[in-house]
Amino acid sequence: MGDHHHGPAKGITRWLFTTNHKDIGTMYLWFSFAMFILGGAFAMIIRAELFQPGMQLVEPAFFNQMTTLHGLVMVFGAIMPSFVGLANWMIPLMIGAPDMALPRMNNWSFWILPPTFLMLASTLFMEGGAPAFGWTFYAPLSTTYAPPSVTLFIFSVHVLGLSSIMGSINIIATVMNMRAPGMTYMKMPLFVWTWLITAFLLVAVMPVLAGAVTMMLMDIHFGTSFFSAAGGGDPVLFQHIFWFFGHPEVYIIILPAFGVVSQIIPAFSRKPLFGYDSMVYATAAIAFLSFIVWAHHMYTVGMPVAGELFFMYATMLIAVPTGVKVFNWISTMWRGSLTFETPMLFSIGFLILFTIGGFTGLMLSIAPADFQYHDSYFVVAHFHYVMVAGAVFSMTAAIYYWLPKWCGRMYNEAMGKTHFWISFVGFNLAFFPQHFVGLAGMPRRIPDYALQFADFNMMSSIGAFIYGASQILFLYNVIATIVSGKPTSDEKVWDGAEGLEWTVATPAPYHTFETPPRIDPAHAHS
Amino acid sequence: MCFKAKRLFGLALGPVLMLLSAVALAAGGEVSQVNMTPGVTEVGKEIYNLHMLILWICVVIGVGVFGVMFYSIYAHRKSKGHEPATFHESTKVEIAWTVIPFFILIGMAFPATSTLLKIYDNDDAEMDVLVTGYQWKWKYEYLNEQGENVSFFSNLRTSQSEIYNVEDKGEHYLLEVDEPLVLPADTKVRFLVTANDVIHSWWVPELAVKKDAVPGFINEAWTRTAQEGVFRGQCAELCGKDHGFMPIVVNVVSEDEYAQWLDTKQAEAAQIKELMAQTFSMDELMERGKAVYERNCLACHGGGGEGGVGTAIAGSAIATGALPGHLEIGVNGVPGTAMQAFGGQLNDVDMAAVITYQRNAFGNNMGDMVQPIDVFNFKKG
Repeated sequence: MGDHHHGPAKGITRWLFTTNHKDIGTMYLWFSFAMFILGGAFAMIIRAELFQPGMQLVEPAFFNQMTTLHGLVMVFGAIMPSFVGLANWMIPLMIGAPDMALPRMNNWSFWILPPTFLMLASTLFMEGGAPAFGWTFYAPLSTTYAPPSVTLFIFSVHVLGLSSIMGSINIIATVMNMRAPGMTYMKMPLFVWTWLITAFLLVAVMPVLAGAVTMMLMDIHFGTSFFSAAGGGDPVLFQHIFWFFGHPEVYIIILPAFGVVSQIIPAFSRKPLFGYDSMVYATAAIAFLSFIVWAHHMYTVGMPVAGELFFMYATMLIAVPTGVKVFNWISTMWRGSLTFETPMLFSIGFLILFTIGGFTGLMLSIAPADFQYHDSYFVVAHFHYVMVAGAVFSMTAAIYYWLPKWCGRMYNEAMGKTHFWISFVGFNLAFFPQHFVGLAGMPRRIPDYALQFADFNMMSSIGAFIYGASQILFLYNVIATIVSGKPTSDEKVWDGAEGLEWTVATPAPYHTFETPPRIDPAHAHS
Repeated sequence: MCFKAKRLFGLALGPVLMLLSAVALAAGGEVSQVNMTPGVTEVGKEIYNLHMLILWICVVIGVGVFGVMFYSIYAHRKSKGHEPATFHESTKVEIAWTVIPFFILIGMAFPATSTLLKIYDNDDAEMDVLVTGYQWKWKYEYLNEQGENVSFFSNLRTSQSEIYNVEDKGEHYLLEVDEPLVLPADTKVRFLVTANDVIHSWWVPELAVKKDAVPGFINEAWTRTAQEGVFRGQCAELCGKDHGFMPIVVNVVSEDEYAQWLDTKQAEAAQIKELMAQTFSMDELMERGKAVYERNCLACHGGGGEGGVGTAIAGSAIATGALPGHLEIGVNGVPGTAMQAFGGQLNDVDMAAVITYQRNAFGNNMGDMVQPIDVFNFKKG
C-alpha cells in the first residue's frame, strides 16, 4: 500500500499478477461461469441421449464420461469457485477491510484452477477416454477398472484441494484479523458468518479427499491394496472416506448460499432478518452435524443395523437447524414491505425449491425407505433441488444483487425477471418428473431406460434444454449491463439494503476501506 | 401498481399450470407410474406406508410454510403500500420451531426403526441363493444341502438392434434376461450378495430388496412373497460401461413348479457333463462359439472383434498366436484389468467353442479347433 490511489495495471499483467481482491473475485466469477457452461454442455448431452429410449447419440462408455465430468465440473469448477469469487469480492467490503489478508496466495489459489480444469477436460481426448466412474468415483471401478486418465484426474483433485484450502485459509485469516474496529463477530453480516464456517469445513475435509485419491494412486501405480479385497483391502473403506469428505462438501456448497439469501431477503422485505443469532447457531449446528452423518449415503452397502440406526437418527436431526433457517427467512418476509426485483425472485425461488429439496432429504434420511430410493432418480432429483435451485439460484440472485455495485450500471430488470421465470419453469420441468421415475424404479447413471420411463424423461430433457437456454439470456444480460447498462452512482443501489458494502462509492473503487470505517456500536449487524 | 401486481401473479400462475398440464398429459397418455411400488412383500408394504407417512407429513408442513410465505407475498407487498414492521427475535417462537420439529422427528423414528429391524432379520431362511454381480450380468447359485448346487448366469436378452433403434422395442425392453432367477412362493429366501469385479447393487423394487454387491464381502438380504409372478429390477450401482444393461428378472412360481424347474436344471447340468466328453466338428464349434461370444465377449470386444473397452480380437497376437496363450487369457483372464477369468463362468464346451470362434472369425482364419477335453486338460495343468 505504498503509493495510494493507483489504479489497476494495464493489459494482461493486471490479471496475471493481481493481488486485488476485486480483480481476483471477478476472475473467479468469470471462470466459474465458463465452467458452468461447460458442465451444462455435458448435461445437455446427457439429457439429449435420455430424450428417448434406445441409444441415440453417444455410446454408453461416453455417456458415463459425461455424467462423471458433469458432476466434477459443476461441483468443483462452477459452484465452489463461484462462491469463493463472491467471498473475495464481498467479504472485505462487508467487514470494512482493504483487501484479503493474504493477497499473493489469493492470486495463486485462483491461477492454479484454469490449468487444472484444462487438464481434466483434456482427458476426454485421451486413449481410454475421460474418467467414467461417476463424480463419487467408487473403488474399485475408479482404481483397478479405471481408464489410464484416472491418474490425471487424481492430480486434478489434488490441485483443486490445494486451491480450496488456500482460499479457505485466506478467508479465515481475513475474517478473524481484518474486521473494522467495532465489528464484533455477532455483528458480521450472515454471508461472512456462513463463509467463515464453510472455510473451516473446507480446511477439515479437503485433506481427507486428498487422502482418498492418494490411496487410489498408490493402488493403481504402487501395488498397494487399500481398496482391493483381493489384496486384503476394503472397497467400502473408500466410500467411508469419500463421504466423510463428501457430506460436509454438500454443506460447503449450500452454506454460502444460505448467507446470500440471508442478505437479500431482508433487503427486499425492508425489514431486518428475523433471528440473526439463531441463524448463526443453526449454521454452526448444520456444520457440526455434517461430520457425523456421512454413511447415510451408504445405507445399502451392508452396514450393521446399529450403524444404520445411528446415521439415520443423526441425519434426521439436520431437519431441525434447516427448519430454523427456513422459518427465519419466512418470518423476515412476514409483514415486510416486499418488492420483487430479480434478486428477490431468485431468492424466493431458492426458498421454495430448497425447501422441497429439504423435504426429499428428510425422506431419504429414513433408512428403510432409502432401500427403495437409493441410487434411483429420486436421489438425482433431490440433489439437483438443493444444488441447482439451492446453490445456483442463490448465486444468480447474488450476481443480480451486487452487479450494480460492482460495475456502476443497472442490469435490465425485465430481462432479469424473464431469466428467472424461464429458469424456474425449466428447472422444475427438468427435475420434478425425476422424482416420479425414481420412485417408479429408474436407477441413476444409466444411458438407456425401460419404456415406462419414457414420458417423464422426455419432459425432463425439454425442461433441461429450457433451463440451459435461459443461461444464455443471463450471460447476455450481464455483458450488456457491464458494457452499456444504465449508469448509477447511488451508493445504496437498493433502498432496503444494509451493510458496509453499500457505504462505498458506486461503482466500487479499485481500493476501498484504506482507512477502516467506524462501526456504530449501537448499530446492529446488517 | 395494482396492474403490476396482477401481471406478476399471472406470470406466476402460467408456469404452474403449464407444469400441471404437462404432468396430466404424461399421466393421461399411458399410465406412467409416479409413486413407489408397495410391491408384493410384507416388508415392501411397510416401506411404502412409511414412505407415504413421511411424504404426507412433508406435504402438511409444506402447505403451512408455503401458505404463510405466499400470503406474505400477496399481502405484504410494497406495491400495496404495506409498511414494514420492525419486529425481530422472539425467543418463544424460536424455541417452538426448534422443539416441535424435534418431536415430529421422534414420531417418524419409531416406525422407521421397526421397519429397519425387519429388513435386517435374516434368521430362519428356508433357502439361500448366492447372487454375484459381474460386469455386466448376474450369476445365481442355489446353495443346496442335498445334491449339487445349481448355478447359472443371467444376461440381458434385449437385442442390440432394439437398443440401437433398428427394430421396434419389445414390451420388456431392457428388463428381460435369458435365464431368470426362479424362486418358490411363500418361502423365506435369503440372498447372499457379492461381486466378482466392481461394486454392483441388486435391486428388485417389488421385492423391496436392494443390496450392494461388493467384491470381497457377502451381504445378506431376504424376501418372502405369497404372490406368484414376474418381478423386474436393475443394477443400481454404477459398475462401468454396461451398467444400464444388466437387468434382474425374478420368476416366483408355486412350490411344485419350482421343484420341477430345479430338476430340469440339474438334468441340464448332467447333460453338459456328457457333452464335455464329445468331440465337435468345426461348424458345431463355430455356431456355438458365436452365441457364446455374443453373450459374453461382445460388450467389450465388439461385434466384429474390433475392440472397445477390451482389446481387438481381429488380427490380435493372442487370437492368432499359440493356442495355450489364448486359453490362458480365456480361462484365467488378465489380473488387474477388466478382462475376467472366464474359466469359472463358462463350461468347458462353451469355452472350447468360443476360443475356436475367436481364432477363426473376424478374418483370423487360424483353421485350428479346440475341443472340450483340451480345455479340461488345460485347466488341470
